[in-house]
Amino acid sequence: MPRYFTEEHEWIDVDGDTGTVGISDYAQGQLGDITYVDLPAEGAKFAKGDSACVVDSVKAASDVYAPVSGAITEVNSALADAPELVNTDAEEAGWLFRVTLADASELDDLMDEAAYAEFVKGL
Amino acid sequence: MNAPNASGWRPAMGDVSDAETALVTASGDRALQLEEKLIFELGRPGTCGVDMDEPVGEVLPGLAPFLRKAPLALPGLSEPETVRHYTRLSRQNYAIDLGPFPLGSCTMKHNPRLNEKAARMAGFADLHPLAPQQTARGAYEVIEQLANWLVTLTGMDSVAMTPKAGAHGELCGLLCIKAALDARGDDRRIILVPESAHGTNPATAAFAGFAVENIPANADGRVDLAALTARLGPDVAGVMITNPNTCGLFERDMKAISDAVHAAGGYVYCDGANFNAVVGKVRPGDLGVDAMHINLHKTFSTPHGGGGPGSGPVVLSAALAPFAPLPFTRRDADGVIHLVEEVDAAAFGHSQTFGRMAAFHGQMGMFTRALAYILSHGADGLRQVAEDAVLNANYILRSLEDVLHAPFGKAGPCMHEALFSDDDLPEGFTTLDIAKGLIDEGFHPMTVYFPLVVHGAMLIEPTETESKDGLDRLITSLRSLAARARNSDPSLKSAPHFAPRRRLDETLAARKPVLVWREAVAAGE
Repeated sequence: MPRYFTEEHEWIDVDGDTGTVGISDYAQGQLGDITYVDLPAEGAKFAKGDSACVVDSVKAASDVYAPVSGAITEVNSALADAPELVNTDAEEAGWLFRVTLADASELDDLMDEAAYAEFVKGL
Repeated sequence: MNAPNASGWRPAMGDVSDAETALVTASGDRALQLEEKLIFELGRPGTCGVDMDEPVGEVLPGLAPFLRKAPLALPGLSEPETVRHYTRLSRQNYAIDLGPFPLGSCTMKHNPRLNEKAARMAGFADLHPLAPQQTARGAYEVIEQLANWLVTLTGMDSVAMTPKAGAHGELCGLLCIKAALDARGDDRRIILVPESAHGTNPATAAFAGFAVENIPANADGRVDLAALTARLGPDVAGVMITNPNTCGLFERDMKAISDAVHAAGGYVYCDGANFNAVVGKVRPGDLGVDAMHINLHKTFSTPHGGGGPGSGPVVLSAALAPFAPLPFTRRDADGVIHLVEEVDAAAFGHSQTFGRMAAFHGQMGMFTRALAYILSHGADGLRQVAEDAVLNANYILRSLEDVLHAPFGKAGPCMHEALFSDDDLPEGFTTLDIAKGLIDEGFHPMTVYFPLVVHGAMLIEPTETESKDGLDRLITSLRSLAARARNSDPSLKSAPHFAPRRRLDETLAARKPVLVWREAVAAGE
């Protein structure tokens, strides 16, 4: 399953026309302890780059931007009771939401894992 | 820099180096360091501080279903027990009257007692907002004189006095912009907000119904002028710029920004929360600003904190003045000050008002204090306020930049705030450790983790209140904390050691907040 990253530190795993979205391990480290995740409503539609949800940490409230355009099909309800999953396992169990891809060609602008690692090194 | 205590003498304090193993008292108190339970854990059910009559007669039939079946869960305390509870709690508080309050995000400076004397005069303090105008001439005179000072100091056309705080003032300014756009049939929806702006700015723009777009900061912490001008267009209603900005820097390109925004048909909102750094030195009207709120409770030193009271009058350019909210004062030809309301707005040429921000005239207690502050300082004194505030912040910046990383230290002098990052702290030590250590040193911590453009930000605003001796004491403490971090002193990780409570679990408090006292929670169930 190919994984892509954005410059805003979201990741997206693509499986057919469904993408699973979260924030990168680097991002959770920068945010510090996550205290709350304000997840989007299922069915909500976002254009690429829209603020899709908000992650609160002890330091700041940060927008998570939709890495692709599409509609939300599912959110990670486990985060309601355990927002710390985003800290402990940002890139697997700490996923945020699933989205149906409206336009798969939008993935072309995103980075692969190696390119993102390079990008983070430069920060 | 002077040592804080050249002789080295200090009063004998006993062994406070190891507070946890020191003598334990039966009460839990340590002389005047008082422990205090929650009010619900004090007293006895049934105790009451006042005599209450038993109700007489029958309850009205219609009200019977609402009869209380169980007693109210109120704490049972007598009046002296209640007074002592809150007085004991107040002794654990830290205040500007106890020591420096370097909280960069909110100017905390001395509140001259003369202001308090003026505000407590019965003619002002006991006035009802609905009192007939002819019985309140003195209060109108205060509002009118203060309004004139604010207009003069900012070089603007007029001022809306009614907004109750900074963010309320921001909303007032944006509603003026919206009304101006509506008046010319222009449906612009975008407000541009630079990264260096206050956090309330994008929130206000969204609340006023605009879409918010972010403008990046350049390498020296100021608005990226090229990025801003590139984004301007027929959909941009305006920009919201904080100047001096939240990195403590003056936006040097302000005039160029205003000219570009005006040329593109937009308006310029300036967040004036930091006006205390430039009052008497710079007039926002000369920089092309269309609307700016002034935090009377910051720049003009009225007491605030803990949520109030604030006061945020908004100065307006000639372009926005016709849309200002009601009511406002206006001096008639015969010298009498009149309060313009809806009934006579048109007669005063003000039929385009967008409405009201508040029921009455504004925050009268703050007006009296601010005018007392302005009149007692005079124009030259206000200029010195700005100069001393900026000098003090630069003294802090230059006295600490060799031990704490100053990200914009090379970008020239700062304004009223000195900004540091955690870049020079060793692995495992954070901004939070420095802040907690500062509590042990007897100071209120600085603002931490804001602004977001700097990693692990520490924002220090000394204000003009502090003397050089006071600044030296703060600097000595911060240098000591930086040295402890550099030496990986584990005791700094567990600070504070001398506060009423040790380091609290802020993450748990945010994740699982307990907002209501219940016996089950208190019993740990």
